Formats: sequence, C-alpha cells, structure tokens
Amino acid sequence: QRFTSGTFCGTVELGEQYLCDALSKCTRRFINQRVGGFTMVVTHRVPLILLACGSFNPITNQHMRLFELARDHMHGTGQYQVVGGIVSPVSDGYGKQGLALAKHRIAMAKLALQTSSWVTVDEWESQQPDWTETVETMRYHSGRILKEFRKKLEMQREPNGNPPPLSSVSPHLKLLCGADFLNSFKVPGLWLDEHVEEVVGRFGLVCVSRGNLQPEHAVHESDLLHHHRHNIFLVKEWVRNETSATEVRRALRRGLSVKYLVPDSVIDYIHQHNLYTEDSERRNEGTLLRPLIKQAQPPGKSLDD
Amino acid sequence: MKKTTLGVLYREKAVPLCEMQNQKVTEVVLLACGSFNPITNMHLRMFELARDHLQDTGQYNVVKGIISPVGDAYKKKGLIEASHRLEMARLATANSDWIKVDDWESLQPEWMETAKVVRHHYEELHAEDHNKDDVDTVKHGKKRRIEENHSESSRHQKRKDGPQLMLLCGADVLESFAVPNLWKQEDIAEIVGFYGLVCITRSGSDPYKFIQQSDELWTHHKNIHVVHEWITNEISATHVRRALRRGHSVRYLLPENVIDYIREQRLYSAESERKNADIVLAPLQRYTSASSSS
Repeated sequence: QRFTSGTFCGTVELGEQYLCDALSKCTRRFINQRVGGFTMVVTHRVPLILLACGSFNPITNQHMRLFELARDHMHGTGQYQVVGGIVSPVSDGYGKQGLALAKHRIAMAKLALQTSSWVTVDEWESQQPDWTETVETMRYHSGRILKEFRKKLEMQREPNGNPPPLSSVSPHLKLLCGADFLNSFKVPGLWLDEHVEEVVGRFGLVCVSRGNLQPEHAVHESDLLHHHRHNIFLVKEWVRNETSATEVRRALRRGLSVKYLVPDSVIDYIHQHNLYTEDSERRNEGTLLRPLIKQAQPPGKSLDD
Repeated sequence: MKKTTLGVLYREKAVPLCEMQNQKVTEVVLLACGSFNPITNMHLRMFELARDHLQDTGQYNVVKGIISPVGDAYKKKGLIEASHRLEMARLATANSDWIKVDDWESLQPEWMETAKVVRHHYEELHAEDHNKDDVDTVKHGKKRRIEENHSESSRHQKRKDGPQLMLLCGADVLESFAVPNLWKQEDIAEIVGFYGLVCITRSGSDPYKFIQQSDELWTHHKNIHVVHEWITNEISATHVRRALRRGHSVRYLLPENVIDYIREQRLYSAESERKNADIVLAPLQRYTSASSSS
C-alpha cells in the first residue's frame, strides 16, 4: 500500500461485518472514509462461491479443511469475498469402486456440515440419472446462482422502480480441489478438452496442495493449464494432513478408529448403516468409470494434441 | 458391529481377540504428558492409534487414557496459563468415554520431571486398583505374580499387580531423549525400563533407528511400542497457534468446542506467543546448573 498525496488506495479488511451474510454489503463499490486525514478508497471484492465435486466416500475433516484453507487464501488475495461453499457428491452412476450409495454419502455430508455457517451440501448432481460431467455441474450451479442473484436484486429495487444506487456483482463460481485433481486432466479419456478449457478458463480453480504433490508442476507441464494460470489459485497447505477417504475406509474395514478424522456424527452414521466393509469396497469392481465410457474418444486423441 | 473372519463381533471399543482365547492380557493405561498448547485432533488421534495398536497385539487391553498438561513453571515460549489448557483439554475429551484430563502435574508449584509424573499416576492407579478388588487379590494376585516373574518386561523392577502404565508420546519426544540436559538418564531408564513407552511416528523421523542407536533404549526395546501413523497428520499446536495469530481458520484441526473457547477467551495472540521468550526452559535450567557433564 502506498500513500500518495493524501489518498490511500488499497484493500482494507473491514473485519466481521463483511464476513457474514455479506452479499449485499460486499458489493458496495466504493466507500469513502476519512481516516486520519486521508481519504480511503476501498475497491470491492468479488463475491465467490467454492464448489467441490467428488465422491465424498465418506466426507472427512480434510474435505472440510479444503474449504477453510481456500477461503482464507482467497480472502488473502484481497480480490475475493467467499460467500458460500458447496459440497456436491457424485452420483452412483460414476461407477467408482467402493462407492457407497449416494443417499448415504449425502446424509453423511449433511451431518458433517450441520454446524457450518457457509458450506452446504447439494444433491442435484447425485440425483441426475447418469454421471454428470464436472463442467455440467458447474454450469448448473453458475446458472442457479445468477438467477438467485437477479431475483434478490429485483427485490431490492426502490419503490419507484429504479435500481439500487450501488451496482453489484453476481458471485463467481470456482472449482475447489486437491492437487491430485490437476493430474486427472492428463488421464486419457477422463476429460474432454473443451470441458477442461471451460472449467479452468471460464470458471477457475482453487487447488489445495496435498502431500508431496506440487500443483505448480502440473500447471507448468500442461499448456492448457499454463495458459489459464491466472485463473488457477494454488493454496499451500502447510499442515500435512493426509486423511484420505480411502484411508478412512481402510481403517473402518479393519475395525480401527477414525475418531478425530471424521466428525463423530458421521462415524455414528457409518456404524448404524454398516457402510464400508470388505464387501462394500468390492462394489463396482472391474467396472470402468462412467466418464471413460461416456466420453470414449477415437484412439490416438489425447489432451495434448 | 463388524464381523471378522473369526466370526467375532468387533465394536468401536474393540474387545481384544486374546480375551476370547484365554491368553494373559495386561490392562494398560496410557499417559500423555505435554504442553497441550492447545490440544489438537492430532493429540487425540495419538490415543486412538495407540489403543488400536496395543489391542491388536493381543496382549493388552487399554482401559484408560490420561492427558496431563504441563505446569506453567515449564516456562516454554508461548505457553499460556494451565487453567486454560486444562479447560480446553476437558472440552476436547468431553465426548470420549476413556480419555480423561488430570490436573495434578499442572498444580505443582515447580516443574516436575516426567518420570515423577508417571510415578505419581502409577501409584494412584494401584491405590485405586487395590481398593477395587480386595476380594480378588488373594485369588488372582498369586497367579499374576508368578507369571510376571517370568516376563521379560519386569526385569528391571517387579511391577505390582494391576494395570500397566505406559507413556504415550510422539517420535519427537523419543528423540528429545538425546537433547543434552533435557532428561536425566535415570529417568529415561525408569520410564522405558519399568513403565513402557508407546511412540507414534511422525513423518520425517525413524524411531527404530533412534532406538537402535541408543544402548539404553535398545536394552528395553521390547518395552517401546512404535506405532506407525499411516494417515499422516501433522497438526502441530505450533501451527495452530500461528494460524490463530494470523486470523486463519483452524476449523477441523481441533474440536469445535475448543475453538469456541479460544475465541471467547481471546487466547493465542502475538503477545501470548512472546511469553517466556527470554526465559530458559525449566529442565534445562535445572540440569545445566546441577551438573557439568551428562
């Protein structure tokens, strides 16, 4: 921040007031404030919603940490105000080995996020008849968010029909993921090129590092990702926490404790419904992942062509 | 309930296989000493991992876990008041049916060596146990005493009847045995020789190597249970304090009620981190002045 003849330009943290229920407040364009003789000009932060797509089989503390880390990071850039988070469990049609029924995965996610003030579970994707491409899910949520925003704007119109004095911005939607996700773009047949382009280019990624995986490398090694690097936000997770759902399922199969890795309410649910046994892990064994079938491409075509 | 290949039903509080097979099972109580500044999910995980590991050997039945936060006289940098650390640990274990918090150590006016704390809890356990099964002592005591005479673990001293008390710690504590003037050699010998250690590995450390390189530790290596934590979990209290200072979220790293408490009491600021900054850690103070060589 530089002081230039009496005008202070920069992003100012206005604390708690901006953090809750903030849609209308954070879209205030300019706020002039006299502070100690200087005029502060505060530029608006872009409201942002984070969407995490995945199996959530089951949801773990680490999944929920992703949201917290991403929010802190995006706030730290000074450009964004995170106003919501969405957990979107994949549908049963995905065909991944060991995938528990969507109704259970949804129920567990809801239990886990019961006490969260800003992250919610969305069932739309899990309710679709077939597996849904990530880009489809993003388009759906983006459209929904825009519609809700416009409705809200309408309701705020002044009695004489004029629009509210301050202009506002509809929340942006970005995909929240772990570093392993970036590597999935390379897997033949898993993604369509144009979909990657839309997810990364139009929407954007917030990618949290994981274990030894360095997402910077994945971005560097892919021309497509490199081209959209300004729209890929890399969040460094300093506390290595490799609580993966795979490990949690393994521990459960072996009768080992997963307490403090997964919320208690989720552990209770798992035991009540006897999810995650040796049998359940064999579900979909030998079946191809749905995206590989649905998106089957002629041989020879790859992401780097 | 989960069925194993032997058709035995496992509950979350696992019933050890050995009990079904009438093998000798030693009751164990795990004691964790530390700053707990603040307590985190990682600390709590240590207990769960240790219990699973010991139960799995078929020789032990873990019946209790004790968290013993260090006293303020320890003078570690950034150590906030014991009263807060105790309360946070209590909140964290409120919904645990086997892990409890003990304030004895924190109430001592001077810093207390870990061996003394272990000794105190051992005595307490056996005072309890004695009162509990007065009737059974005569019948079972004789049998246990005979068995223990033959067991290698009682080579150092003869352990009384009743639960075995083991010190639970991370690999960093094990490696701290090598720090000059931090531990008394006879204390290490006592803890490892008579009581026993359960050591949870942290990534980047190799406890087996460390044990192998120390004659003292190697002598009692059967009494040192190394538990490999496959799900790497490096939630250190230091990191948590740093995140709090910077206004970053620590959600899902510690229990929610602990986070609420920290917020209400406004603990962990840049100022609290500076506490004891210029003071020498109590054990170093004590041993450095006492002896010239270790």
